[in-house]
Amino acid sequence: MKPAPFDYHAPASLDEAVALMSTLDNAKVIAGGQSLVAMMNFRYAMPDHLIDLGNIAGLSGLHFESQTLRIGAMTRQRELEFSVPLANKVPLFKAALAHVGHRQTRNRGTLGGSLAHADPAAELPTACLALDAEIEIAGAGGTRIVPMREFSAGFMTTALGYDEILLAVHIRPWREGHGYSFQEYARRHGDFAVAGAAVLLDANNDGIIERAAVALCGVTDRPVRRDEAEAALVGRHLDDSVIARAASLAGDVEATADIHADATYRRHLARVLTTRALHEASSRMKTKKRETA
Amino acid sequence: MTTTHSISVNINGKTYTRDVEARMTLADFLRHEIGLTGTHLGCEHGVCGACTVLIDGRSARSCLTFAVQMNGRNLTTVEGLSVAGNLNPLQQAFQEHHGLQCGFCTSGILMSLTELLSDNPDPTEHEVREILTGHLCRCTGYAGPVRAALATAEHLKNIKGAA
Repeated sequence: MKPAPFDYHAPASLDEAVALMSTLDNAKVIAGGQSLVAMMNFRYAMPDHLIDLGNIAGLSGLHFESQTLRIGAMTRQRELEFSVPLANKVPLFKAALAHVGHRQTRNRGTLGGSLAHADPAAELPTACLALDAEIEIAGAGGTRIVPMREFSAGFMTTALGYDEILLAVHIRPWREGHGYSFQEYARRHGDFAVAGAAVLLDANNDGIIERAAVALCGVTDRPVRRDEAEAALVGRHLDDSVIARAASLAGDVEATADIHADATYRRHLARVLTTRALHEASSRMKTKKRETA
Repeated sequence: MTTTHSISVNINGKTYTRDVEARMTLADFLRHEIGLTGTHLGCEHGVCGACTVLIDGRSARSCLTFAVQMNGRNLTTVEGLSVAGNLNPLQQAFQEHHGLQCGFCTSGILMSLTELLSDNPDPTEHEVREILTGHLCRCTGYAGPVRAALATAEHLKNIKGAA
């Protein structure tokens, strides 16, 4: 047995889970366990108590309302990958999931787990950031909502308090026919990204960009939106020079240097991947379809 | 603070009840408590895929799951694949197409391909290869396992066609 000893709790209700989180010392939530258990096997993580959310009803599933989509934190990545309504309304998710781990880890890994673990290279937090998702969090004092821009607080750090539990993600899907792309570079398929870029685009009937989102993963200590790149896209017709300028702005960040890549290479990847993502997203925009509809 | 938990779990059609320490991984439970040593442990952090088993029919790393979480679940390990002591068509195809050499990674690969063929009886080579990205094999490479998986799909199609 590799992990340090701990005690295991399997609450049957959210109230019970929140009560355990606020009374137990050094307690950690386990969702799918695909990152946490690896860290426990290495003893990077040594919680005294594990609180398993797996037996609480109602924490998983996708709920589409008129303007928004609510995804329960315990929704498995597999379920997201195979959800047809999600692929139709928020296609960026499926594009991002193509880079997340392997079938064998997506079968157990959850959306909430990926967000709470907050690996800077993780794809799902980056997709959520591009989509301006809102994170619903439960604590002893009730629930609160945190915008994704504020949820990521640094290297593997989030806005979650020690006694809080991530409950759900709220997303407002972009207009039908918007363009999307998730591009990533990793040494092997399914490995952690050295860098990745998520792009969303929408244009008016004249093909002028009305709305753009550019987010990067793996480049800095947390997923990051590239506001300057977005500003260089909005109000313009996309052509090679507009795309080149936006991608260059996207890559103009203080990048992380580590054993996998130095900062210069990560900036280069950010620029190249953003270029590819913008081209792909642009080709996927269905402006004309809306015109005739 | 190290408490034990009583769990009851169905493995390959048989129910086992045991007291387990919370920190015991499913892989260690299968190998050391139940004696099913066909599930192999390579990296123990979810990368190599050798320990892959089916949890309620879905492939998963048994090194990234605690036994205590498996209470009431149905598990399938490589020992559950054979039919009346004979190799099943997938196992047979691995033998015929040089799908294994040392065999260390094989049990995990067999479990992932079992799930794939059950979800999708007629996978493309690309789909087979995508599933195999979750496994590391250092002897044969992946050509043999890919051929074996595609041959199994073909075989199962022929049986169905003949029936």
